[in-house]
Amino acid sequence: MTDPDDAVARRLDANAAAGPLAELFTVDLTVAMATCAGCGNTAPLAAHPLYAHAPALVIRCPKCAAVVLRYASGGGRLRLDLRGARLLTVTLDGAAAHGLSPVQ
Amino acid sequence: MAGTAIRRRLSWQRADVLAVQREARRAYRLSLRPPDWSGHLPGQHVDVRLTAEGGYTAQRSYSIASAPQQPGIELIVERLEDGEVSPYLTEVLRAGDLLELRGPFGGYFVWPAGDGPVQLIAGGSGVVPFLSMLGHHRATGGLRQVRLLYSARTFDDLIGQAELARQPSTVEVTVTLTRGAPAGWTGLTGRVDARLLAEHTIPPAQEPEVLACGPTGFVEAVANALLELGHDPIRIKTERFGATGGP
Repeated sequence: MTDPDDAVARRLDANAAAGPLAELFTVDLTVAMATCAGCGNTAPLAAHPLYAHAPALVIRCPKCAAVVLRYASGGGRLRLDLRGARLLTVTLDGAAAHGLSPVQ
Repeated sequence: MAGTAIRRRLSWQRADVLAVQREARRAYRLSLRPPDWSGHLPGQHVDVRLTAEGGYTAQRSYSIASAPQQPGIELIVERLEDGEVSPYLTEVLRAGDLLELRGPFGGYFVWPAGDGPVQLIAGGSGVVPFLSMLGHHRATGGLRQVRLLYSARTFDDLIGQAELARQPSTVEVTVTLTRGAPAGWTGLTGRVDARLLAEHTIPPAQEPEVLACGPTGFVEAVANALLELGHDPIRIKTERFGATGGP
């Protein structure tokens, strides 16, 4: 186990998982609302803590710290574990899609 | 076509490195020209990948520092002594090299829509996405009120000094130095806490959109202090990028 200080230092926001998750999803999953299967808390995926140093990306619930999503790529495979997410809600307002027109 | 856009953003591409310039004591500004770039939103990031001879790869996310109105993109990379990627980007990479990247990514931590006030709070190199946002605000002649509270270790650690000095009248920049100030320094000193936030940021009564970016410990302390002050969590967005030498 890592010591607590180290764990804090390694905690990112799941916003940083936008690139890897785009390997699998055609929408920006980090702006989706995720509902924790454990405690029912709902928050934008980007606002969840992300642990990126494990063999997989591990995204945890901001409230109860349960694992919401795990994602790994490597060896020619993409693997997604969504057991911890009861619901993912993507709003199709354009901003959620990668195909949106960026500011120019 | 959306499908084309998706494939382009997912593909790794080799960007031309136009310049690598020292930005602050431990930070370097990389000017890049990706061959296939359709623009970005202020606050978005790219993934950068380094591949060793044996095929081992290391990947990191870096916020884009430049405004979308500017050609190409600029990244500002802070050198971490025990880092796997940043020492290469800051000490080995040279103009004329190629750098593998993909993006832009991230639709959450971006310049908020609307006309309401915006409060930006940065620790250390957490100021980088805000440079893009402020550049965008300036380029579009935005009229909304914007304040930036920027915490850095020392004067020599300040990133974006030149840009921050030439802001329009709608933007107010407040800098605090946490590890000593040079003679004649008239700005703030000390860490960002509830008292400093209360005195130098837009009050919760004005319902600003608040964006905080920096090392994990900094951002979590700031977010807690903002809640104490009465800001609605719905209007607070954070971007924790892990450990660094600290703000």
